[in-house]
Amino acid sequence: MTITVYVPNDSSAVSLGADRVAKAITAEAERRGLSIRLVRNGSFGMYWLEPLVEVVTGQGRVGYGPVQASDVTSLFDANFLQGGTHALSLGIVEDLPYLKKQQRLTFARIGKTSPTCLDDYLAYDGYRGLAHALAMSQADIVKAVTDSGLRGRGGAAFPTGIKWNTVLNTDADQKYIICNADEGDSGTFSDRMVMEGDPFVLIEGMTIAGIAVGATQGYIYLRVEYPHAHIALNTAIANAYQAGYLGEDIQGSGKTFHLEVRLGAGAYICGEETSLMESLEGKRGLVRFKPPLPAIRGLFGKPTVVNNVISLASVPIILDKGGDYYRDFGMGRSRGTLPLQLAGNIKHAGLVELAFGLTLRELLYDFGGGSASGRPIKAVQVGGPLGAYLPESQFDTPLDYEAFAAQWTVLGHGGVVVFDDTVDMAKMAKYSMEFCAIESCGKCTPCRIGSTRGYEVMDEIINGHNVEYNAKLLRDLCNTLLNGSLCALGGMTPYPVLSALNHFPKDFGIDEPAQVA
Amino acid sequence: MTAAVDTQALVNEITSALKDKPGALLPILHGIQDAIGYVPPECVPDIAKALSLSRAEVHGVISFYHYFRTTAPGQHTIHLCRAESCQAMGGEALETHAKQKLGIDFHETTADGKFSLEPVYCLGNCACSPAMQIGHDIYGRVSADSFDSALAELEQAELEPSA
Repeated sequence: MTITVYVPNDSSAVSLGADRVAKAITAEAERRGLSIRLVRNGSFGMYWLEPLVEVVTGQGRVGYGPVQASDVTSLFDANFLQGGTHALSLGIVEDLPYLKKQQRLTFARIGKTSPTCLDDYLAYDGYRGLAHALAMSQADIVKAVTDSGLRGRGGAAFPTGIKWNTVLNTDADQKYIICNADEGDSGTFSDRMVMEGDPFVLIEGMTIAGIAVGATQGYIYLRVEYPHAHIALNTAIANAYQAGYLGEDIQGSGKTFHLEVRLGAGAYICGEETSLMESLEGKRGLVRFKPPLPAIRGLFGKPTVVNNVISLASVPIILDKGGDYYRDFGMGRSRGTLPLQLAGNIKHAGLVELAFGLTLRELLYDFGGGSASGRPIKAVQVGGPLGAYLPESQFDTPLDYEAFAAQWTVLGHGGVVVFDDTVDMAKMAKYSMEFCAIESCGKCTPCRIGSTRGYEVMDEIINGHNVEYNAKLLRDLCNTLLNGSLCALGGMTPYPVLSALNHFPKDFGIDEPAQVA
Repeated sequence: MTAAVDTQALVNEITSALKDKPGALLPILHGIQDAIGYVPPECVPDIAKALSLSRAEVHGVISFYHYFRTTAPGQHTIHLCRAESCQAMGGEALETHAKQKLGIDFHETTADGKFSLEPVYCLGNCACSPAMQIGHDIYGRVSADSFDSALAELEQAELEPSA
């Protein structure tokens, strides 16, 4: 009997040697005359165990990890194809506590399937949301999304249903759906995991969005740093066209939706939706003034839905199980689940999808297992490079948009970057200003000039020149950036800078107690 | 001489194949950089003409995006991540090591033309920091040693006839 072996082709798993492991397993099986079916799956997101090899047995999928190519011979010797015991044995993968304690809605399939195989997608409840949507009126589809309470997962947390409703009710000869796949925030990789690990769920979500608002063309604006996701998306899109899930007359419904991937070119600012549209139009990624809202005048001047990957990938399950099902997860005004990403100096780095409401401390210690270095955790940056640094005293904040905002922090895209006590927070503040200066589109003065001045002021502080005067100047400058910038890049760079200054003044050479910005 | 003509023919071929797409400029620039390794400044007038843009507009787009380059890269371009997650795991020390090992700074190419070094701000490999990318290949938990062996492997691969 042919035994099925899974080896992830997620790019992070590949970065740790998954391709070499897959090759070694195939070669060793051949050498021993054993018949196996090797499937490249997505990653479950337990990256300290990658490359995670699984074997399908009568008891379930038995895991081994982290496996290196040099372990393969001994795995065969230990009879791993029958689930034999080995030093790298993990037991049944879905029973691992890290996975079992999660509430995976958007990530329900990832890791289980071969990402670009449409049959796998269908076998694991794929395209059920679209089937329901095709039987519904446009207004009812939008209502289901509104009822679910889904808010933009890219970071701004704007209610998705309201955005869709505006586009639905704006008359135009052409409308567009854009997926913002310019996941440039450090510490975030959930978009990448979806695109590499379950591209059809994004395609399905975009198709539903197109049908809901009357848009016949979609674009996925993908960052060029994600070549693996590019291949997976293009393969899945071709498969979807071939099976009648994209193109004209989708599944005999008479509805049309075309989808194309467009590559960015290394500009962080193009993750800002108006800059992204400029880029898609073939221009420099300069931020636009709002209004007009993209929902009214967006890409090529037409009504446009711009949603993040996770927002769109959450749509199929909402249409499959209903808005109420999704809304029943979460707390307060943060409904559903958030795929959190544990990164940086953390022992168990990976993807944790949970209903809103868990505290940061539970995430860091119960899931993350503390720092990777074994040293105390000093600061955690949540929400990407424009997110605030949280000190230990804020670790009990529940993961909820409003609870974070109340502490002058941002939950954003759910990226969590952990630093141990060796970090110098003044250096991190300087880096934030440098990053803003490198990535500023240059349209507004506070961001274009302020970031460079901020970098210089931080240099002065780090060199111990007139520290008190310069700290005051830094606050003043941050105030200008915060209130005078056109978009979130300049407007939020003060979050990491001032939170570092307020919570870790000693790193700046200041002994005074923290002043809240 | 022939090389220049070839380049121009290639650029024209790519441009005419893509120019009717909505928002065609970025796809065209990607097409050219994929084929040649960079966007030669001398092809700007042709692209501008095909898209009815000014040369300044095309130049403006090329210079706005960090990814597009106007000079030939080395045989291998190493993108080293400088972002926060990688910094939290020793990215700065790795950066120092890489620059020392190669004898170049960011945005430079080694004298033998083998390696170019570029900074990148996140590769989405933050659970396996620090990270780097060489061509399309991504590397995780990179140490000074694994950096050196990745380079050695690439150099070794060139010595051996392709298998």
